[in-house]
Amino acid sequence: MKLFINGEEMIVPDNVTNVEKLLDYFNLNNKAGIVERNQVIVDRSLHAEESVTNEDRIEIVHFVGGG
Amino acid sequence: MKERYSRQILFSPIGEKGQQKLSEKHVLLIGAGALGTSNAEMLARAGVGKITVVDRDYVEWSNLQRQQLFTERDAVERIPKAVAAAHRLREINSEINISGEIMDVSVQEIEELVEGVDIMIDATDNFETRMLLNDASQKYKVPWVYGACTGSYGLSYTIVPGQTPCFSCLLGAVPMGGETCDTVGIISPAVQIVAAYQAAEALKLLVEDYKSLRRNLFYFDIWQNQQSTIKVEKLKKDDCPSCGQASTYPNLDPVNLSRTAVLCGRDTVQIRPANKKKRNLDELSDRLQAVEGGKVEGNTFLLNLTIEGRRLVAFQDGRVLIHGTKDISEAKTLYNRYIGG
Repeated sequence: MKLFINGEEMIVPDNVTNVEKLLDYFNLNNKAGIVERNQVIVDRSLHAEESVTNEDRIEIVHFVGGG
Repeated sequence: MKERYSRQILFSPIGEKGQQKLSEKHVLLIGAGALGTSNAEMLARAGVGKITVVDRDYVEWSNLQRQQLFTERDAVERIPKAVAAAHRLREINSEINISGEIMDVSVQEIEELVEGVDIMIDATDNFETRMLLNDASQKYKVPWVYGACTGSYGLSYTIVPGQTPCFSCLLGAVPMGGETCDTVGIISPAVQIVAAYQAAEALKLLVEDYKSLRRNLFYFDIWQNQQSTIKVEKLKKDDCPSCGQASTYPNLDPVNLSRTAVLCGRDTVQIRPANKKKRNLDELSDRLQAVEGGKVEGNTFLLNLTIEGRRLVAFQDGRVLIHGTKDISEAKTLYNRYIGG
């Protein structure tokens, strides 16, 4: 499946069917962050229910502590 | 208005009026590390009337790669960052009021520091202090500008009480661990981008040009050549304990704060005694001189004990840094062994 993640085209396995699985795929599920799918923020409690489909535009931003 | 600000006054969104406003404002900078020193220098040069810089640490060699107000001499002499930063800022602009506070910011400190302040800039290295800033911002209605970076990545967001979501709304729960300067390093350009966004937002707030505020969460990776923004307004929660209708400011409750912290970018644990009294460094020095195999050095602000392959640094305000370990229990053992509760 082809996705645009933070503006970059990426191919992810077809078993990455929702936002939770996508974050798992990038090893980001234990980080505090915000996910936007096609310019709409996905509620944190709904990551497992929000489907990811071919050519979706996904923004993933995670918070860091350094400074 | 003075020649030194002429180019900034020519910039029409600031102008003479904006410059006058800047000269009447007070900025509180929490942290004098990479983000803190960069922000402080920009705001001092811009002519902000009063700048308070607060930091708990002292200058080390590993800071010099990116912390722009410090020199080799500051590192050799282990000058507290708040002191070294204030000294350099006064050299840069002697016409403004600069205050450097050697202090670990917790509930009591933030409640005192925030008084009379127009905005706060986040230059901390941890989430706990940011949550403290967040709740103080909401309670006292003072805007703050979040900024953070690790590696080549960074992000920033401006929080205006009563208007934007607060940091707690954005973050959900405070993350445990995660990337730090310790694990992934940090490059100076990433720092400077975050600081530039923070300082620009600070200037807009200080000249009261609220309509020009960014309003989006900005993030980038300067090495991967990525940058983007997310609109986050809809993350504002009516039932948020920090900014909602029935706010309780949980992050200003000392029960929710730890007494020890592993410092970012360092193999170091800080211990803060619950009993807040001034430590007598002369007395401690006399005591430690007698420790076999130990080496004691110090200056007016702190005392350094090297022993067992570790280094313990005691500050006047009671805090002790234990270098050479990330293990809190080992740090506590060393603390109890040489410093005592």
